[in-house]
Amino acid sequence: MTKIVVLVKQVPDTNAKIVVSGDRVDLSAVKKVMSPYDEFAVETALRHRDASGGEVIALTLGGAGADKVLKDAKAIGVDHIVRIDCEEELDSNSLQSALASTLQEMGAEIVYCGKSAADTGAGSTGPGVAERLGWASASNVTSVGFDGGLTVVAPSDGGNARMSVNTPAVITCDKGDIKVRKPNVKGIMQAKKAQVEVKTAAIQPSSVTIVAHSMPPAKPAGKSYEGGAAAAEVANLLRDEANVI
Amino acid sequence: MTELIVIAEIAKGTIHTTTSELVTAANALGGSPIIIVPCTDASVADAAGTIAGASKVIAAKSDAFAHYDAAAWAEALDAVAPQGTILTSATPQSKDLAARLAARRNLSVVQDVVAISQNQLTSPVYSGKAMQTVAISGPAVVSVRANVFDAAPSTGSNEISVVDTTGNMATAVQEFMARASQRLDVAEANIIISGGRGMGSPDNFVHLEAIADTLGAAVGASRAAVDTWEAIPHSMQVGQTGKTVNPNLYIAVGISGAIQHLAGMRSSKYIVAINKDADAPIFQHADYGIVATWEEALPVLQSTLAGMMA
Ligand SMILES: Cc1cc2nc3c(=O)[nH]c(=O)nc-3n(C[C@H](O)[C@H](O)[C@H](O)COP(=O)(O)OP(=O)(O)OC[C@H]3O[C@@H](n4cnc5c(N)ncnc54)[C@H](O)[C@@H]3O)c2cc1C
Repeated sequence: MTKIVVLVKQVPDTNAKIVVSGDRVDLSAVKKVMSPYDEFAVETALRHRDASGGEVIALTLGGAGADKVLKDAKAIGVDHIVRIDCEEELDSNSLQSALASTLQEMGAEIVYCGKSAADTGAGSTGPGVAERLGWASASNVTSVGFDGGLTVVAPSDGGNARMSVNTPAVITCDKGDIKVRKPNVKGIMQAKKAQVEVKTAAIQPSSVTIVAHSMPPAKPAGKSYEGGAAAAEVANLLRDEANVI
Repeated sequence: MTELIVIAEIAKGTIHTTTSELVTAANALGGSPIIIVPCTDASVADAAGTIAGASKVIAAKSDAFAHYDAAAWAEALDAVAPQGTILTSATPQSKDLAARLAARRNLSVVQDVVAISQNQLTSPVYSGKAMQTVAISGPAVVSVRANVFDAAPSTGSNEISVVDTTGNMATAVQEFMARASQRLDVAEANIIISGGRGMGSPDNFVHLEAIADTLGAAVGASRAAVDTWEAIPHSMQVGQTGKTVNPNLYIAVGISGAIQHLAGMRSSKYIVAINKDADAPIFQHADYGIVATWEEALPVLQSTLAGMMA
């Protein structure tokens, strides 16, 4: 029975306004959702199960507030939901170590996650976890095939390539052509009743610490023009003022 | 002081100019980096010989570098690079490599850096809606956004040595898929012209393509365009669920400037907006805003640019 694990992360809704108060972002009033690319990872994990059997476990790391993202995954159809209990802010090294040791303990055979999380945009977790486990990884994958071994479509050399991937592997998912399934009433009822398995993991100290958050530097007001004829002047300014063409 | 290592960015078999920007970024961290050039043919590294501000160049030669394979590249580069802080470019592929290299050495990785002040690194977070500054203590792996740091001048004369290395491939390419177009991909281009729903029909993208061909630019699109018209592939989409781009020039045509679109392009060096609605949010982010229909503005833009390039 293949043990398929999908990593999910709770992030601020991408429509939310982000405010910085003092020198930290203040997310207290912000709605939290599953990071958008994780939705593709969950869908791909479910398709993997549907194609070759096994079970799908959704794994997250966070405080009790993060249970919501696991319940959302459960409502869409994952079999089990697990949270590594940790309220702290972790750097990539501490986070990946905790995830990797937990995945090992769980006996994971294939891991899916989003290509990056909508909050950090970093995209470090998938490849980092793979390296720690000594596994293959393929990133920014837009399509996965399960027949006769694992194959993926991912960007390569300025185009796309279909590649076979050794297993075990970590696959990070980009938006592809697949439609993400929506929860149905039965799924939502099951998610309500589902128990989150809470685990603890050894947390290494972080060597990268957040010093401050700030708002992006305000852009000086640009020049504005009325009417299409102004495009000629703008073209000249792009050459002579901005020096970009 | 920890050693600094720049992994050269390779595009189409040659050293990409962002490598010179990485050297400037390394200098900002307080030293002259070693440039490591992943290659199958050591002559590729010659171009790094003139990058000023570096200490030396190592051509890391391996068959593994023929195609990107995260596991093999991390292994092969780890074998060559001394301990220290490693800098890579922040392209999707190099960010992936940075993460694997960091994990291999039990280090942390800081991605998408746009400013460096001593040991403090700043990156955009929340899709560019805020900036985050972190402090690193000890070695780390750092990816640096393109077009932020000035390129180091090419007045250097670095010693180049060749080191053979190997890595075990964990993926195998079965087929390269034909690209929809011969034009640059938005993720690679220094100039991008993107169309939105305001283009009215996918057929009208020919007007954007003509300008792109004049400038050597890529053509991008908003999600509304990608979702509405089958002829506009997702690979062209810029934004939250598309590509994050950082070109010198981004021209948005018939795009309103929704927060999710801005997420993918707001850090472009110069932004031009063409939109018939003077209140469109895109204008708040434009260096040059033209309130006009594209039907009026694009022919003028095209003929002026063609005149300049002639
Ligand atoms: C989770 C999530 C993720 C998303 N990800 C992305 C993403 O990655 N990328 C993205 O782009 N969007 C994304 N969106 C969608 C985003 O919210 C907007 O809906 C989308 O960007 C709008 O595209 P648009 O500007 O082309 O269309 P519209 O908002 O409809 O704007 C069209 C514009 O064209 C102008 N116009 C009309 N006719 C003309 C003319 N003849 N000449 C000139 N101007 C004209 C109009 O004035 C208008 O401003 C996402 C949304 C969500 C919820």
